[in-house]
Amino acid sequence: MAIKVLKPGLATTVQDLGRPGYYHIGIPLSGGMDRHALTAANLLVGNPEGAAVLEAVFMGPELEFTDDAMVAVAGAELPPKLDGEPRKTWVSFKVKRGQKLSFDFLKKGARAYIAVAGGIDVPVVLGSRSTYALGALGGFKGRKLEAGDELPVGAATAAVKEGRSVGEELRGLPMAMPTELRVMPGLYWHRITDAAGIGFFSDTWKVAPEADRIGYRFKGGKPLGFVPREPPFGAGSDPSNITDACYPYGSIQVPGGTEPIVLHRDAVSGGGYFMVGTVISADMDMIGQLQPNTPVKFVKVEMDQALAAREARAELLAKIRSSLNSSP
Amino acid sequence: MQTRFSFGGDDHIFAEVDEAMSLEAFFKSLFITNAVRDAKIKGVTEICPANASYQVKFDPDLIKPDDMLVELKRLDMAAGKSEPVIATRIIEIPVLYNDPWTHETLMRFRERHQEPNGTDLEYAARINNLDGIDTFIKAHSSAPWFVSMVGFVAGLPFLYQMVERKRQIQAPKYLRPRTDTPKLTVGHGGCFSCIYSVRGAGGYQMFGITPMPIYDPNQNISYLRDFMCLFKPGDIVKWKPIERAAYDEAVVDVEAGRFAPIIRDVSFSLTEFNRDIDGYNRKLEGVLHGH
Repeated sequence: MAIKVLKPGLATTVQDLGRPGYYHIGIPLSGGMDRHALTAANLLVGNPEGAAVLEAVFMGPELEFTDDAMVAVAGAELPPKLDGEPRKTWVSFKVKRGQKLSFDFLKKGARAYIAVAGGIDVPVVLGSRSTYALGALGGFKGRKLEAGDELPVGAATAAVKEGRSVGEELRGLPMAMPTELRVMPGLYWHRITDAAGIGFFSDTWKVAPEADRIGYRFKGGKPLGFVPREPPFGAGSDPSNITDACYPYGSIQVPGGTEPIVLHRDAVSGGGYFMVGTVISADMDMIGQLQPNTPVKFVKVEMDQALAAREARAELLAKIRSSLNSSP
Repeated sequence: MQTRFSFGGDDHIFAEVDEAMSLEAFFKSLFITNAVRDAKIKGVTEICPANASYQVKFDPDLIKPDDMLVELKRLDMAAGKSEPVIATRIIEIPVLYNDPWTHETLMRFRERHQEPNGTDLEYAARINNLDGIDTFIKAHSSAPWFVSMVGFVAGLPFLYQMVERKRQIQAPKYLRPRTDTPKLTVGHGGCFSCIYSVRGAGGYQMFGITPMPIYDPNQNISYLRDFMCLFKPGDIVKWKPIERAAYDEAVVDVEAGRFAPIIRDVSFSLTEFNRDIDGYNRKLEGVLHGH
């Protein structure tokens, strides 16, 4: 079976849980920005957790199914419509051959994951079906979807009923306003002054329009002051420059000390800007659900808090697993 | 050199071998990352050497961050003691310097450059006290370069010139980055040259272009069928200046699948290199041309 793309949406891509192992040659992990929602969408339709799905951002695509299918949409509140009839997010529903799936306007969040039983069956490249658009790699022809594309769908591995759902308390979406992103200071934190360090965590920042799969830019906080130095050979003369180094996923670089950029799943793997620290792994999914202009505070945490948060995040998924496994 | 370690969140360890770039720092980062790979530590998912630093990503559900740090520190200590010799490759990269495509691009972004009334080559020659473009091209292409890091985007090599520090070419990046750079541009920023593997944004000075693709996600290019990226950290590159006719011919050959890059296996000793840099580089070039 296949899915015909009638309208592509803004930047809809095929994603799974990513392509680890090639970051040392500049090929990033890729995969769903909100891995929790991607996994939940797959579980709702009875797929393996890492099956390939469609990631839609801000605006949904319009799709036509060439065969019957089970579908679920999780993540952002991007309400699905089947031949114009509303369907719920976070609930599995049946689609009949020839029916059209479209979406209402985005209500909350930023990225919705559209899972189809059987998974999007594009070729596996370096161990993953995820799209890395900057390198024209993986996904559907290495790019975002376009009208006229036909996406192959695999054979469903387990038949599940419609109406399977994930409760609100298990969705792991950002709640607080401003959204709090927990950060472990480190990397080149020592390059900024004490006052700048205090300002970084006390200021309220806003998601800038430049927010995509590579990274999220933030603005509105005070510029960071630097500790004076003699530039090391190879680093460059700007105080925010370092000898080009690796960038961790979630690392926060601040070019020129002005606008922090948090690198995400399609991260550039390295470069010459210093970083003040790293968003903890448990909060990476949440970044993928932030719209431009959302107020954000960076909250300083230590390793034990980061690991506890990671465990809490894993717990949410474990609860989804057990609740869905007990209802066919 | 005392390596400085930092956690990058709960799932990375970032290690700065040295703040400044040097072949010694690069070799240490290469050695340690090789040792980490050989150690096959459970939970490690990415091992990334960089110019004078390195990074390891791990799954904290499989190995505790503190245990990972202990392992890395142990390997870091051991790597400092090993003889700096590597088995690597030397690769010849043909370059059409001062080509029409980077020229068109650099003119388009002139208001973002330090020298609005010249070209990137003229500017780089002047600030490096080299007498004109031809002298600059000779300085850029006469000694080999180390691939000291691969990344930023897929398959992009950072290259470090294998000469004494006082002879190294240095140039600042553009004042504001360009939104466009032709694919396969040979660029330079700070003390590093690079080859842009894909078309896109960039801030390095642009000197020329190579006809030889270095990244092919579809793996149609004959010499990229085994793997889509040509370069690995530790490779040695020798630029070969070519004229327009040779460039056009190479483009046709790549298309036809008959372009065969010159790639030779070679052993490199940092100690011997430091003893006689020019002599050692001549020997490397001999290996490249089969004598």
